[in-house]
Amino acid sequence: MERRLKHWGTGYIFIFPAVVLMAIFIVYPAVKTLFQSFFDAGGNWVGLKNFITVLTHYETIDLSRFPKKGPPWGSLINNAIWILIHLPVTVLLGMLFAVMLNKIKGGAFIKSVIFLGMVIPMIVGGVIIRFLFDENSGVVPLLMRTFGIEALDFTWTAYPQTALMSLILGSILLWTGFSLTMHAAGLSTIPREMYEAAEVDGAGILRKFFFITVPMLAPVTSVVIAMTLLYEIKIFDIVYAATLGGPGGSSMVLSLQMYFYAFRRLDFNLASAVATILTLFTLIVGIWLVRNTMRGEKR
Amino acid sequence: MKQIRIMPGRIAHYSLAWIVAVIWLVPFIGIFITSISPLKEIVHGWWGVKLSSISFKNFIGAWSHPTSPIGQGMLNSLIIAVPATIVPVFFASSAAYGILRYRFPLRKTIFLITLLLLAIPQAMVAVPLFQILKNLKLINSYLGLIIVHTAWGLPWIILFMRGFFSTLPREVEEAASIDGAGPFKTFFRIILPMSWPGLASVSSLQFTWVWNDFFLALIFIYNPVRMVATQRIPLLRGQYHVDWGILTAAALLITSVPLLVFILLQKYYVKGFIGMASK
Repeated sequence: MERRLKHWGTGYIFIFPAVVLMAIFIVYPAVKTLFQSFFDAGGNWVGLKNFITVLTHYETIDLSRFPKKGPPWGSLINNAIWILIHLPVTVLLGMLFAVMLNKIKGGAFIKSVIFLGMVIPMIVGGVIIRFLFDENSGVVPLLMRTFGIEALDFTWTAYPQTALMSLILGSILLWTGFSLTMHAAGLSTIPREMYEAAEVDGAGILRKFFFITVPMLAPVTSVVIAMTLLYEIKIFDIVYAATLGGPGGSSMVLSLQMYFYAFRRLDFNLASAVATILTLFTLIVGIWLVRNTMRGEKR
Repeated sequence: MKQIRIMPGRIAHYSLAWIVAVIWLVPFIGIFITSISPLKEIVHGWWGVKLSSISFKNFIGAWSHPTSPIGQGMLNSLIIAVPATIVPVFFASSAAYGILRYRFPLRKTIFLITLLLLAIPQAMVAVPLFQILKNLKLINSYLGLIIVHTAWGLPWIILFMRGFFSTLPREVEEAASIDGAGPFKTFFRIILPMSWPGLASVSSLQFTWVWNDFFLALIFIYNPVRMVATQRIPLLRGQYHVDWGILTAAALLITSVPLLVFILLQKYYVKGFIGMASK
């Protein structure tokens, strides 16, 4: 202890370059964005006006169309729909696949294939989505044709009714590998004896799954949920590559809206308000994740 | 008797596993077949293609595309990704070591803020960062993007390496300090060489993420000659007409680099993912 106290200076030297870089290139710009969201373009304090403008704008939440009429419904609603579908599906599929592919021949190969979605650039992920849902080259319209569902035999990314759905389905394909890999790693830490003891008691596959696997994986699952939420809230690349938020804003998401406000319309203050709303959501998830981590560390 | 009872379950299990594998493989197979087929053969779907006329023309076409050459983009990506991996890994390791081994005022606060930075979206820093880089004349510059990626990589690498260092035996460091090695010598000569598995994990992931990044490049680089590989993908796509052959070939070219990293460093790569989340 004494040795450490003498070396305050040394500790600071070790952290100095990283702290300076983070302060200048992350903390300062983030704080500045927060400030800008309370001012107008002329530098006058406007309180919450930018937030009200953003949140009542039809590009963010369009209550005149949602839920009775078809899309576009607004970026915030699109992000929410994305989370509602993508979160449970990827988390559950990942967990089920992890169990299914555990210790079978070829399981490692199949896991690697599903994990590919995490390796490829997300911008390529957007191209894959375009490709899968294209009426000429896409497998999905081909399937629809084969099963006689003529109503869905067209380029999904080009129509407001289907654009968002094609992105969500595609992102499930890309992201399930994350949940799968995490849960597979979690599975390997569950002691075999637990299953053996349960088998002695006559537990079947389902009982073992619900009473051992699921509860033992719970810490992993909560991390997967948090990271998946962060991914969904910040989603940008695949939307940019596949639809650019279109057609007519029907697949617009908050990050892309912020980009358009800032770098196309050059309205920095409204863009800052969108970014701050975005950060509010990610921080809630982030704080939850950090608290989980801290609790884990004390144990 | 027992075998017969078990078999149907096993067959169902394996079939299900391979059905899943096929669902996930089909998009990649489709992309691959499209990239090696002539355009006129794939207009009615890549599944109908006769693989008699395989050609790598699309790859050459994408590599040296007249308006958006992927080759040049990949070179730019490499120029940015290599230093944007080495520098943050080094600074973050040093910071992680400092936070773990030394007690100093604000240590906990600094670490907590670092953790919270993980949750900040890039959109939150985009506009002010653009202004900072503009003042430093670092827009459209490799250096500018390298610096931003460096800063952006620090929080998660610090978190990961702090966890990694905490698993190293303390005795070695104590022995070094008894032998008269100072803190920096201990860090460079003993800690870092001992930590190569952890460094391989963070390096493979950081490199992949910088290579795969699109948002930061989109904001800070708009000179067509300087654009990185990912930026060129949307530019290859026409407004109404999509040349799928060129686009899929370009996608595969860009993917080949992170794919190679993944295949070569699979063990460390996956450990990086898991370590980050379970620490």
